[in-house]
Amino acid sequence: MVANFGFGALWIAFLASLFGIAAAVYGVRKNAPAWVDSSRNAMLLTFPLLTLAALSIIYLLVTGHYEVEYVAEVTSNSMPLYLRVTALWGGQAGSLVFWTWLMAAFASAVTLRKWERDREFLPWVVVVSLVTLSFFLVMIIFFENPFARLWSVPLGQPVKAMFPPAGAELLSVPDGRGLNPLLRHPGMIIHPPMLYLGFVSFVIPFAFAIAALVTGRTDDRWIRITRRWTLVAWLFLSLGLILGGRWAYDVLGWGGYWGWDPVEIAAFMPWLTGTAFLHSVMIQEKRGLLKHWNMVLIILTYALVIFGTFLTRSGVLSSVHAFAQSAIGPLFFAFIGLTFITSLALLLNRWNELKSDTEMTSLLSREALFLLNNLLFMGILVICFWGVMFPLVSELLTNEKKTVGPPFYESAAGPLFAGLLLLMGIAPLAAWRHSTAKTLGRAMWKPGLFSLAVVAVIYVTGVHNPIALLGFWLSAFVASVTLYEFWRGAMARHAKSGESLPVALWRLAGRNRRRYGGYVIHLGVVLMAIGIIGIELFQTETQGTIGQGEQMNLGRYSIKFDSLSVFDTADGRNVARAVVGVYKDNQYIGELHPRRDYYYESQQPMTIPGVRSTWEDDFYVLLVDWQPVSTAGATFKVYHNPLVNWLWLGGLVFILGTLVAAWPDRDPEVEAIRARRPEYAPVKA
Amino acid sequence: MEQTVTTTSQTRTGGRAKFLVGGLLIVAAIVYLIVSSTQASAQYFLTVDELHQKGDSVAGRELRISGAVIGDSIQYDAKSMTLTFTVAHVHGDNKDIAAQGGLAAVLHEAVMDPNRQKLEVVYSGVMPDLLRNEAQAIMTGRMGDDGKFHAEELLLKCPTKYEEAVPGQAEG
Repeated sequence: MVANFGFGALWIAFLASLFGIAAAVYGVRKNAPAWVDSSRNAMLLTFPLLTLAALSIIYLLVTGHYEVEYVAEVTSNSMPLYLRVTALWGGQAGSLVFWTWLMAAFASAVTLRKWERDREFLPWVVVVSLVTLSFFLVMIIFFENPFARLWSVPLGQPVKAMFPPAGAELLSVPDGRGLNPLLRHPGMIIHPPMLYLGFVSFVIPFAFAIAALVTGRTDDRWIRITRRWTLVAWLFLSLGLILGGRWAYDVLGWGGYWGWDPVEIAAFMPWLTGTAFLHSVMIQEKRGLLKHWNMVLIILTYALVIFGTFLTRSGVLSSVHAFAQSAIGPLFFAFIGLTFITSLALLLNRWNELKSDTEMTSLLSREALFLLNNLLFMGILVICFWGVMFPLVSELLTNEKKTVGPPFYESAAGPLFAGLLLLMGIAPLAAWRHSTAKTLGRAMWKPGLFSLAVVAVIYVTGVHNPIALLGFWLSAFVASVTLYEFWRGAMARHAKSGESLPVALWRLAGRNRRRYGGYVIHLGVVLMAIGIIGIELFQTETQGTIGQGEQMNLGRYSIKFDSLSVFDTADGRNVARAVVGVYKDNQYIGELHPRRDYYYESQQPMTIPGVRSTWEDDFYVLLVDWQPVSTAGATFKVYHNPLVNWLWLGGLVFILGTLVAAWPDRDPEVEAIRARRPEYAPVKA
Repeated sequence: MEQTVTTTSQTRTGGRAKFLVGGLLIVAAIVYLIVSSTQASAQYFLTVDELHQKGDSVAGRELRISGAVIGDSIQYDAKSMTLTFTVAHVHGDNKDIAAQGGLAAVLHEAVMDPNRQKLEVVYSGVMPDLLRNEAQAIMTGRMGDDGKFHAEELLLKCPTKYEEAVPGQAEG
């Protein structure tokens, strides 16, 4: 019943989308506002319909209707309620529904805004949103139906279908297979929706860009309208990436947070173009430059978002086999290709209208440095893309299968990341239009000297690795430049208005949130860089088997194996839990409990590390194996991860800065008008 | 300041040239980074059959080998943390795998077939959670003089569920 109901809701949403597209185009053609309004209503209708579809899936998941294949795939009787609800995005079919639901929600929110001054954009924003939505609905309805059920037929194997084949009855399934235990982690419950939120919100600026290209209103209005959307998209995408790293660190048990896995890269690529876009739109707003480039960036981001959605859940990259079996892969590529080519054609059509207002003149001006930043982000994108495509390319050209792993990404992209850090230190000090080495030097020498002093101290304390020293110098440089900027601004206010320093600092950031939010983000990146340098360059590890009461050493640390207990839990796990005493410089500092959980129903073990986390380092202990009689000994793998906590702290600061930058102004429209050029000065409303 | 913006045509071309040169230099640097890093870290991806054919020509090179894990062969010595197992040849071409009924079927068949080419693998480190019968193992490492493959990294995939989304990774 509920399955049919949900499936019906999907169909009506699909038909409403098709109608909306047609109505919008017809309305523009015939200059009939009623049709445009009708398309807007169709857009608004998809949201409640998809909400019903998503609720139907959740109902089936929660009540354990295992005859529905998707439910059996991702839930089981032993799973708690919250995991059953979040299983909505635990598999591909449900994820796609979740994606369309978010898409409908965001697009509806956009269509509800005030359109008075941007009326001409509306039909095209609706069209782009609905085209995207209907593509995903086609995928769901015809290829990845979450409501498909298993039917027992008189002869042969059960059949998976939406509606019963002749003579078939619903298969009765007592229990599901359950969500992969590796995915039963808070980070993994929030991580996919965050990425999806990021992906989906990037569709909105893209829709406005296309609307600007179609209507020929090619000033920077589309950028100003979608500035906040872009920041929100970027916020969620960043959050999704950081949470994913944290999940890997906590759950995968290999002492790392990022493995340059193709799936990770698929989520990282739209972030790269999105970050480049965030920076380069500022040049268009301030200087009227790079209009073509911004269009290219947002078109690229959209293509990578669709690509990323497809890759992160379909498993195409890590197992190309799933790909060939379903029609979903070719269709995705066809859709990406088609939208990409159409967008580029629209862009070429308006090419001459998007000429820059001025020219870039000084190599050291802020806009030139922003351009360099874009170039470096694109460089990293190309490296990522090349790394993912390399096996394919080499097989085509040399008929040999070759791959590249993390060392490739690290050595190719590492210098570019360092370059980006350096730019973060220089660009805030450069002036728009024109800077010279002399003016820059004058602004930079104080923080420069200070950061060199910091590196000297680090050198004296015994760090001699040149890459680490370079990294620490760049971090110290960016941090001191950024803090100095805050200091200078606050002091200037303080001197001018007599405000106390904290008040001056608060108002300074409040007056120019984008700029100072950006600086906070830069500080977050610096903290993350410190953590990454720590774990990448100074991680040490050891492993061994020790008997009860025996010790094992790693650097200044040692562990003593105290005891081990094995027991069953109510939720179907068999847990082996070790008690390990931790000593630093032979001083007892605490106890850790590395575990190994074995999930009976999925027959899968999961290793849960015991971690002692401080600002200096993480001491990370894995229980690898044990003897039935625990006195005989147990095997541990031990990691020492210096500074890794700064990575997570940096992530927090990063998100905080994005929130500052994206926080709504008191009246965004007024602010936008104030900053704009006179031809759009508002007529009194 | 305004004078520098309203430049003559001569300095304008000069301005553009210096951006072009600067841009090209950076693009060249990025291309160089990609080419040199690719050469330094490209690994051959071979099937067990291909590895046997290549013989000594790949000795000492870093390789990535895929195969089907034979469950009965898995041996783990917890004391020395040495893991040994045998993999059977599976086809490298995805179209062939699809044509033969998908990864799960292909892995099953490979493990059941006594005539398949096989390869002994030695790995030192934590026993990966996903290592079990009929898993697909992707191993990075080198051929040893003992005729065994010494893996430094194991990547395991079990086609039974959607573990594809979560590659179990072990590094050593």
